[in-house]
Amino acid sequence: MTDTSETRETRETVISIRGLKTQFGSQVVHDNLDLDIYRGEIVGIVGGSGTGKSVLLRTIAGLNRPREGTIDVLGIDMRRADQDTLAKAGSNWGVMFQDGALFSSLTVRENVEVPMRTIDGLDPKIRRQLADLKISMVGLPYFAGDKYPSELSGGMRKRAGLARALALDPQIVFLDEPTAGLDPIGASDFDQLILGLSRSLGLTVFLVTHDLDTLHAICDRIAVLSEKRVLVTGTMQDMLKVDNPWVHEYFHGPRARAALATKDLATKDLATKDLATKDGDVGNQGTTT
Amino acid sequence: MNVMSDAASPHIDITSTSDHVLVSLRGAFTVRDVTDVDAKLSAIGLDQHVRLDLSELDRFDTATAWSIASLRTRLEDAGQILEVMGAKSGPESLLKSVTDAMPTPTTEDAPRQTLTDRIAGVGEAMFNGANFALALVGYFGLFLARLLRCFRHPKEFRLTALVHHCEEVGLKAVPIVALMSFLIGVVLAFQGSTQLRQFGAEVFVVDLIAISILRELGILLTSIIVAGRTASAFTAAIGSMKMREEIDAMQSLGLDPAQILFVPRILSLIIMLPILGLVANVMGLLGGGIMAWADLGISPAMFTTRLVNGTDISHLMIGMIKAPVFALIIGVVGCHAGMQVKSNAESLGRMTSSSVVTAIFAVIVADAAFSVFFAQIGM
Repeated sequence: MTDTSETRETRETVISIRGLKTQFGSQVVHDNLDLDIYRGEIVGIVGGSGTGKSVLLRTIAGLNRPREGTIDVLGIDMRRADQDTLAKAGSNWGVMFQDGALFSSLTVRENVEVPMRTIDGLDPKIRRQLADLKISMVGLPYFAGDKYPSELSGGMRKRAGLARALALDPQIVFLDEPTAGLDPIGASDFDQLILGLSRSLGLTVFLVTHDLDTLHAICDRIAVLSEKRVLVTGTMQDMLKVDNPWVHEYFHGPRARAALATKDLATKDLATKDLATKDGDVGNQGTTT
Repeated sequence: MNVMSDAASPHIDITSTSDHVLVSLRGAFTVRDVTDVDAKLSAIGLDQHVRLDLSELDRFDTATAWSIASLRTRLEDAGQILEVMGAKSGPESLLKSVTDAMPTPTTEDAPRQTLTDRIAGVGEAMFNGANFALALVGYFGLFLARLLRCFRHPKEFRLTALVHHCEEVGLKAVPIVALMSFLIGVVLAFQGSTQLRQFGAEVFVVDLIAISILRELGILLTSIIVAGRTASAFTAAIGSMKMREEIDAMQSLGLDPAQILFVPRILSLIIMLPILGLVANVMGLLGGGIMAWADLGISPAMFTTRLVNGTDISHLMIGMIKAPVFALIIGVVGCHAGMQVKSNAESLGRMTSSSVVTAIFAVIVADAAFSVFFAQIGM
C-alpha cells in the first residue's frame, strides 16, 4: 500500500516475538520464530495449510502456551504474566474467530455487552447504547442487535464477532480468516470495513488469511509463515520479488495474478475517485469506510 | 500498563456564558469514564449552543465519542449546534466515524399476547405433539419396512454393524445394569423386611422381591438406563452425521440411511434389551436374596424354595414381553431425534437431551399401558 509511510514513521512496536517455539506433543509448529508488529498497521499472515498461522494468532493472543521464546504484547510478557495481569490487559486486544464464535444463548447486543460487563460502574443503559454503536460501526443494521447468532448469515456473524472484539476499544485486533466463506461482495465489504476501522480507530490489525484480494486491498505488510518460522515480511511489492519457490508460487500463481490484475484496475479507478478503496469484485466499488 | 499510561487523568469542565456553553475535555478518557462524562453532558441545557474544546484532550475512545455524538444529536434536534474546536486529527476522525455510525433506534413494539394467542399456542402445542407422535409412528413403519426388505435382500443386511451395536448397547451396559439391579434388590429386601416384620410376615419378602423385580422393576429400570445411555448415543451419532451432511452424502450415493443406520441400531436394541433385562432380574434376585439372608435370616435354600414355589412363571414372562417393545421405543425415539438435528451444534445438544427425556417418558407410558392390559386380561 502507498500510505504505509506515514504509519511507519512512528514505528512503535506493539507486538514483538523472539525465538518462539510452539510444540504439540512431538510436532513442532514454530521454531525460532521472530516477528514484530508496529502500531497502526494491518499485517497479513500467510502460509500453506498446516503451517500454524492460526496457532501463531492463538499463541500471541494468549490462548496457547508456547514452549520457548518471548512474546511481548504492548509491553506485557505473555509467557510470564500471571492470570490477573492477562485479564486486565485483555481489554487491549480483541480476537475475532473464524465463524464469529458468538455466544449462542445471547443476542448479538448481549454478546457485544459481555466484555463491557467487566467494567465497574458502567451504566447498563449506556452499555446497551455503546453496544448498539459498535453494532452499527461494523455495518450491521440496528435490528441485528436483537437477533440470536443462529438467525444471522455467516457474514453478519463475522461482523458481530468483530463488534464484540472491538467492544472495549482494543489497540490490537486479531482476525482469523476474516473473509473465509464470504462471497466476493461480502468479502470486499469486510476488507473495507477492517481498513476503515483500522484507520479511524488507530487499530493495529493482525490477520490470518488465504485471501489474496484481502492481502492486496488492505494489508500494509505481509508475513509469510514457512519452514516453522516467519520466512519473510514486507509489502506486497516486496513479496513479488522474493526468491523462494513457495513464496513465488503463492504470489505469482494464477489466482495471485488475477487478484493483482483487479488491484491494478482498481488503482486506476482510484486516481479518479478520491477513495482509499480497492475491490475484487467488478461493479461493487466498496463504500464502507 | 503501557506507553499511554502517563497521559493526564481525565477532567471535564463545563462553564456557562450568556450566549453559549463551553465544554472542555482534558486528559485521556476511556470507557471507564463514560458514565461520568455522559451524566455531565446530559445535564447541559439544550437551549444554548455548545462549544466543545478538545485542544487539551490527549485521547478518548469510542465511548466518549459516543457521548459527544449523542449530545450533538440532542442539540440538533433542539435546533442548536455543537461546535468542536481544537481537536487533534486522531480524536477528530474518531469523532467523525462515531457520528457517522450513530445508530438510529427503530422502535419495534413487542407483539402483545392476547388471550386468543395463548389459546392458539395451546392448540399449536397439541398439534405439534400429535405430529411428533405421528412422526415416531412413521419411523417405526420405516424401520419395519427396511427390516422386511432385509429378509428379501439378505445381502443388504449389515451384520457387522449389528454385532458392533450389540456390543455397544448390550455388552458394555452389563456392568451398570447389573450393579443397579443388585442395589435395587438390596433396597427392596431391606425396605420390605422392615414393613413386613410388623405383621410377622417376613417370609413374604421373597414374594415381594420376586414379583416386583421380575414383573416391573427389572425391565423398567433397565430400559430407563438404556434409554439414557443408548437413545442419547443414537441421537448424537446420527445427529452429528446429519450435521456434517453425511446423511445427505449417503443419499446422493444411493445409500439408504434408514437401512444403514436405523436397522442395525434398533435391531441390536431389540436383541440386547431382553438379555439385559434378564441380567437385571438375576442380579436383582441375588441382591434381594443376600439382603434377606443378612437381615431376616432367610437362608438361600429357603429363598430358592419360596421363590420357585411361590412365584408364578407368568411374572417373568410379563416382564420379558415388555422388553422388545421398550427397545423399539428407545431405538425409534433415538433415531428420530438424530434426524431432526439441524446444521448447528446447539440443535445437536438439544435433540440429544430431548431424545433421552422422550424415550424415558415413552417407556413409562408404555409400561403403564402394559399394566392396564395385563390387569384386564387377568394376569
